Amino acid sequence: MDTLMLSRLQFAFATFIHFIFVPLTLGLSVLIAIMETKYVRTGDETYKRMAKFWGKLFLINFALGIVTGITLEFQFGTNWSRYSAFVGDIFGSLLAIEATAAFFLESTFLGVWIFGWNKLSPKVHLLAIWLVAIAANFSALWIILANGFMQHPVGYVIQNGRAELGSFIDVITNGYGWNAFLHTVTGAWALAGFFVVGVSAWHLLRKQNIDFFTKSFRIGAGFALIFSLLVAVVGHRQGNIVAEVQPAKLAAMESHWDTQKNAPMYLFALPDPDNEKNSIEIGRIPSILSLMAFNDPSASVKGLKDFPKEDRPPVALTFSAFRVMVGLGTAMIVLAILAFIARHQPVESSPRLLKLLIWGIPLPYLCLQAGWAVAEVGRQPWIVYGIMRTKDAVSPIATSQVAISLAAFFVVYILLAALDIFLLAKYARSQPH
Amino acid sequence: MDLGTIWFILWGVLWAVYFILDGFDLGIGSIMPFFAKTDEEKRIMYNAMGPFWDGNEVWLITAGGVTFAAFPKTYAVMFSSLYTPLMLLLFALILRGVSFEFRSKVDSPGWRKLWDTCNFLGSFLPALLLGVAFANIFKGIPIDQEGILHGNLLTLLNPYGLAGGVLFVLLFAHHGALWLAYKSVGDVHARAVALAGKLWPILAGVIVLFLVMSFAMTKLFTNYLVNPILFVILLAAVAGLLLTCHYRRAGRILASWGASALLIGTTALFGVVGIFPALLPSSLNPAFSLTIENSSSSPMTLAIMLGVALVFVPVVIAYQIWTLRTFRHPVTKEDLEYEEAY
Repeated sequence: MDTLMLSRLQFAFATFIHFIFVPLTLGLSVLIAIMETKYVRTGDETYKRMAKFWGKLFLINFALGIVTGITLEFQFGTNWSRYSAFVGDIFGSLLAIEATAAFFLESTFLGVWIFGWNKLSPKVHLLAIWLVAIAANFSALWIILANGFMQHPVGYVIQNGRAELGSFIDVITNGYGWNAFLHTVTGAWALAGFFVVGVSAWHLLRKQNIDFFTKSFRIGAGFALIFSLLVAVVGHRQGNIVAEVQPAKLAAMESHWDTQKNAPMYLFALPDPDNEKNSIEIGRIPSILSLMAFNDPSASVKGLKDFPKEDRPPVALTFSAFRVMVGLGTAMIVLAILAFIARHQPVESSPRLLKLLIWGIPLPYLCLQAGWAVAEVGRQPWIVYGIMRTKDAVSPIATSQVAISLAAFFVVYILLAALDIFLLAKYARSQPH
Repeated sequence: MDLGTIWFILWGVLWAVYFILDGFDLGIGSIMPFFAKTDEEKRIMYNAMGPFWDGNEVWLITAGGVTFAAFPKTYAVMFSSLYTPLMLLLFALILRGVSFEFRSKVDSPGWRKLWDTCNFLGSFLPALLLGVAFANIFKGIPIDQEGILHGNLLTLLNPYGLAGGVLFVLLFAHHGALWLAYKSVGDVHARAVALAGKLWPILAGVIVLFLVMSFAMTKLFTNYLVNPILFVILLAAVAGLLLTCHYRRAGRILASWGASALLIGTTALFGVVGIFPALLPSSLNPAFSLTIENSSSSPMTLAIMLGVALVFVPVVIAYQIWTLRTFRHPVTKEDLEYEEAY
């Protein structure tokens, strides 16, 4: 393998591991802030214990999110130096703004929140966790706007051999970026809801701390339902935007080969990119692809054959990741409705439901990872859509360097992720103080 | 002053602030195995940096981000040509970052020892690597016109680079000992003050050596000789060095730490001013250097970024100072019983 392929693997791996931790951070910080708000408003100590219990899980998870995020920022320079030099004018400034306007706030006030329980008034302490929650999500906005530029470049001019800023307003009002942000964040908040519901279900199944975990369950279930529905609504809009600005990605998501009106969707298909067709197609629903993509059943949807081969994304991966995302997303809505119905007396609902909800914890994780795979793999072969190819973006460095660092990433990240899951499981099962 | 020069100065200042702030954390981690006799002493050291280390580390991310935004070509060449040391630095910082959170989560001596080792390596290695990297940047690295490094990790481990590494390790260890002294009482306080006292003459010796080597082996002094007013920076460094000793002896530990901060900041600026207008000088041919002129972003980006920095950086500084004041009390045994303590 060459430097390009190794660098792609390294970046993909580092992003996926980073994205195990980040979504929980985005959503759980908000849930903890809501719990602590209830404590400050009502003076009910249960809510303080809740903020502390879920806060401990948050912190274990947060540490990994931070350290894996730092490496991502620097990998643009180490592994993608030609990309960095080409788009630094725009992309770099979004990353710098993220650090200055959001990440400082998040990291500083998290320290204040951890160590401030006895040092600050309840209201100032509450402010600290709200600042953490707002900053974490604000941070995501800047990062996804930066990614939005890679997906749908706007507000730039090509001069001096690079992409220079043409309109900052266009860059930060990029519709692709904003919708992708909403899609990601609603997904992350749903994930946090499922996490709280699932861990609560584990304790309720064992009939321990029933009051504490019923209250947690109720907050988590409301969150999971609202946001697993919203993520689908925003996701539909995301599909429309992709259809408009990244037609090759849309075609790959559906393994759609021939340009046609009233384009159908198949519940199951097996892409055969070598022969430019699907070897198996089952469950044809006429006109649905046209309807989903353009809100018009008779709209014409461009097929992969209309793109030169070198401009097509990897079809099988994009297609299956999209299927996984939609499938799991649907399962999440069903589970969230069941949890919401049971929210007042979950311990009296069936043990089967509680068990199901424990097994529901990994679903949103897989769903979000699949979603990112659709977005990132579907963007290929471009690093900046239509402007710069991934293969032209890689650093002119020795393959051996990247091979060694990739091996180190595998070992260190897998070990850390395993330790993290071990600690999360240990503290999720512990009794609240 | 043009936008490029303003950003060059801000770039230098950001790195200097990062060294000052994370310097004391990295220093405490570096001295921990030699300083702490008991687990309780280790916990005092961890909690002396507890509320701050995370916010401190963001200055590194900001310094990196600003390099990316304001000087993308420098960012690209600097980070790809220093690939291996940078990866080592990142792995070290990863291990350090998780050691804070993981250490107290399992009650077993072996577990704690594992994370203590990670914290030490994750503090000592970054201090050393940052010193080696910056000394090499000050001296110039062998990059060609394509920004490709001619050499490898061993090229960077030249005498001047190594001297820079030793200098940073000592600067941070001394700085960390003073912070620990400020944040502790009793025996730990007394021993931390004594350790800073022992490190000081060695540090002073290495600073003199580094200056002599800079004079003999680099072109850093050229700018100073052209504009002698710049020697103010060196004078400030000398003042920081002498004052930190003076205040420590007078028992004014916070003032001594402040003088150490001045010393670290001016040491970084000494080199940054010396390489101006290059951010990454080439030792092969000055024409291959990455400079303000050939590596900065468009004027529009620089102007917008300046607006962002002028609004947010003072706010960041304000709330970080508030944090330092809120948690300025020394770490005592009662603090260690606090549920959330590391």
